[in-house]
Amino acid sequence: MSSFLRSLRQLRRYPSAIGGILVISLLVALAVYAVVTIPYSEAIRLWRGGEEVWGEYPKLALPIWADWFTDQKLARSIVLNTADGSATRAPSESVGNETLTFEFDFPYDTFPSEIVVFFTSRYDAKPPHVALRWLTPDGREIRVTETSAKRADTYRPGQDTKLTRRLSQTAAETGLLMDPDSKEPRVLKGRYQLVMDVHYFEPDSSLDAKLVMHGQVSGIAGTDDRRRDLTVALLWGTPIALAFGLLAAVGTSLTTMIIAAIGVWYGKWVDSLVQRITEVNMILPFLPILIMVGTLYTRSIWAILGMVILLSIFGSSIKTYRAVFLQVKESPYIEAARAYGASDFRIVFSYMLPRVIPMLIPQLVTLIPSYVFLEASLALLGLGDPVLPTWGKLINEAREAGALFHGQYYWMLEPAILLSLTGLGFAMLGFALDRIFNPRLRGL
Amino acid sequence: MAEPTALAAPETVEETRKSPSAFSRVAKYTVVRLIALILTVIVGVYLTILIANMGGAVDEIRKGQIREGIAMGVSMDPEMKKLPSAERLAIIDEMARLQEKRLGLDRPFILRSFSFLRNALTLDLGFAENLSSDSGSRLVRLIILERLPPTLLLFATSNVFLFFFSVSAALFLSRRYGSFLDRLVIALSPTSAAPAWFYGLFLILFFSAILGLLPFGGMVAAPPPANKLAYALSVLRHMILPSTAMIVSAMFAGVYSWRTFFLIYSSEDYVEMAKAKGLSSGDIERRYVLRPTLPTIVTNFALMVIGLWTGAIILETVFNWPGLGRLFYAAINIYDTPVIVGEAVIYAYLLGITVFLLDFVYVLVDPRVKIGGGERA
Repeated sequence: MSSFLRSLRQLRRYPSAIGGILVISLLVALAVYAVVTIPYSEAIRLWRGGEEVWGEYPKLALPIWADWFTDQKLARSIVLNTADGSATRAPSESVGNETLTFEFDFPYDTFPSEIVVFFTSRYDAKPPHVALRWLTPDGREIRVTETSAKRADTYRPGQDTKLTRRLSQTAAETGLLMDPDSKEPRVLKGRYQLVMDVHYFEPDSSLDAKLVMHGQVSGIAGTDDRRRDLTVALLWGTPIALAFGLLAAVGTSLTTMIIAAIGVWYGKWVDSLVQRITEVNMILPFLPILIMVGTLYTRSIWAILGMVILLSIFGSSIKTYRAVFLQVKESPYIEAARAYGASDFRIVFSYMLPRVIPMLIPQLVTLIPSYVFLEASLALLGLGDPVLPTWGKLINEAREAGALFHGQYYWMLEPAILLSLTGLGFAMLGFALDRIFNPRLRGL
Repeated sequence: MAEPTALAAPETVEETRKSPSAFSRVAKYTVVRLIALILTVIVGVYLTILIANMGGAVDEIRKGQIREGIAMGVSMDPEMKKLPSAERLAIIDEMARLQEKRLGLDRPFILRSFSFLRNALTLDLGFAENLSSDSGSRLVRLIILERLPPTLLLFATSNVFLFFFSVSAALFLSRRYGSFLDRLVIALSPTSAAPAWFYGLFLILFFSAILGLLPFGGMVAAPPPANKLAYALSVLRHMILPSTAMIVSAMFAGVYSWRTFFLIYSSEDYVEMAKAKGLSSGDIERRYVLRPTLPTIVTNFALMVIGLWTGAIILETVFNWPGLGRLFYAAINIYDTPVIVGEAVIYAYLLGITVFLLDFVYVLVDPRVKIGGGERA
């Protein structure tokens, strides 16, 4: 054991090992953060949520750090709501009237991607009547529309053709915020107001309204075409990727090792059975079978994990372990154990298995990223877990939505970079471990 | 992951022993090995058949489809509409029964699975359920043959290049170990943790999306150029990104592992001896390093070649390459079991035959190896 620790201490001499450990610790920290801040069920709810969860998020928004690459300040989202007090309401002089004012500062260089007004009203028979006016910083007043606000109503100025005509054929997102004197559409910065003059027809009637100005950037990761914040998937992809890679690697290599040891120790038909199963397993096409299981049976990531382990147990490494155990079996200390009457179980688990741990560890660490990428590969074929967000699923969704065609590079790059960090971290550590634990490689 | 390397582990590399007769030993070994391999192939193919049919559940899906199709046809037929519903149902049942009988679905799956196995093993691949080749044929053989050239073109070029490049670069590095290049390759070898499709995404992003230099995917421009030369050039242009992806992802680890392998062999006593005798480095390499490592090199080359058969499902998907991998994937998605089994059985045969032949190749390339040279001590 002490020699084992001594070997581990040698890691310090390998810069690649230190780099690998740093990257892995970073990922583990990210994974812990994800699990602590967003519980499992919450992550699923968020990721499967529709408009009710993500309504206030813009579609296909860039990450907020996209600003760094342009000299413009890209529009952030602005949400004003009378229900939470971010917009003000004042009763008018005449009875049954009310004025809702949405006042905000618009300091950005680009136009908002979308403007939406949500109404929530209470009434018995006749919905309240609303007139919307838009006040610009330079003192103009634009008549937006007049409508009756039903219980849960949405008004999108950008799709209002009458308003577009009034704004001399520019869509509201641009026309309402444009500097009227410039030929090129340019944002007129300053304080804007959306004023709603409400008329109630019933004494108990009431109206709440929410103004959402979707920006062009959102969150540190941006959003996808369903308005979902990619941060959720990127964060939650981390524990899933690590768990999948670690469980698959540990599950496979430990079981393989144990089976190889048992086969060698008992010999005869046990050994040949193990050998024959391994040979049959090599005829079976690995990835196609996983795809078959995914399409025909279940796409749950944990079922696929089980299948991966099952198919890899009798992989080619069983032959490598077998060769090592054949040597170990003949060594004098095993003979000594046999002489004092140790049980078969004791010999296999206490004497034979510990001997190959140094061989196992580097292999285990290098196996982890290959399983992480395997999960991503399956997701790329549309066989990702149906409910959980994973990095592979993000890449697949980005690919299917043509993110590369449309220039939404962040959407594919973010999960891809996290994936390659994982791959690189474990591979670097694994290579260093391999050189430490494999004396034949040490000098090379 | 089930790398087939160990299946071909040179179990025959054993010390020579005196045996009664070389001929009977070789004959006995050949027969035993052949039987073992045939059994392995049979069991492997049968398992694939079971999995591809979901243990019979695909038959139920197919029966459901037949019934639905017939019910649909009957409900559209104005003559049938006049009949009372009980009578109509009886007609549907009868038609479904006939159709199932025609397709052999009335027999229990376990019996059918054995006839599938017989057909697969005799390479009677039959007709596809739903897929058809671009020329319109439903014969599995023709569908597969149609997809073979694109796969071979892309994967054979890249893999053969990769193989010979890795081996020769490794040989070169093993002579200069510790040099800057050597350390660079070691430092870069962890990049192979990512599969080829992953590099493919980055290459597409950079060369197709940002620079607009190369196509996003596919095998030839649409519409395909009429001129033969232009056609070939267009295919070449489409091959650049996928083959680069493959080469980049596998190169450094490949060179690294071959280099380590050669280094281990270059520290043998007989190599030191040759050096002491003052032989030229070229002679040492050819006669003392390459010669004993030849079995491993040949094994790897052979397995690489048969590995071409499965193509690469995901790389082909990412690059829209019309090869065998994507055919396999399409077949799985629409439960087209004849195509799945057809591809699997050919792979199994190729693997079995290669493994069998490798034993004899070892003898040819390495005089220390004898076939059936006795049990390992």
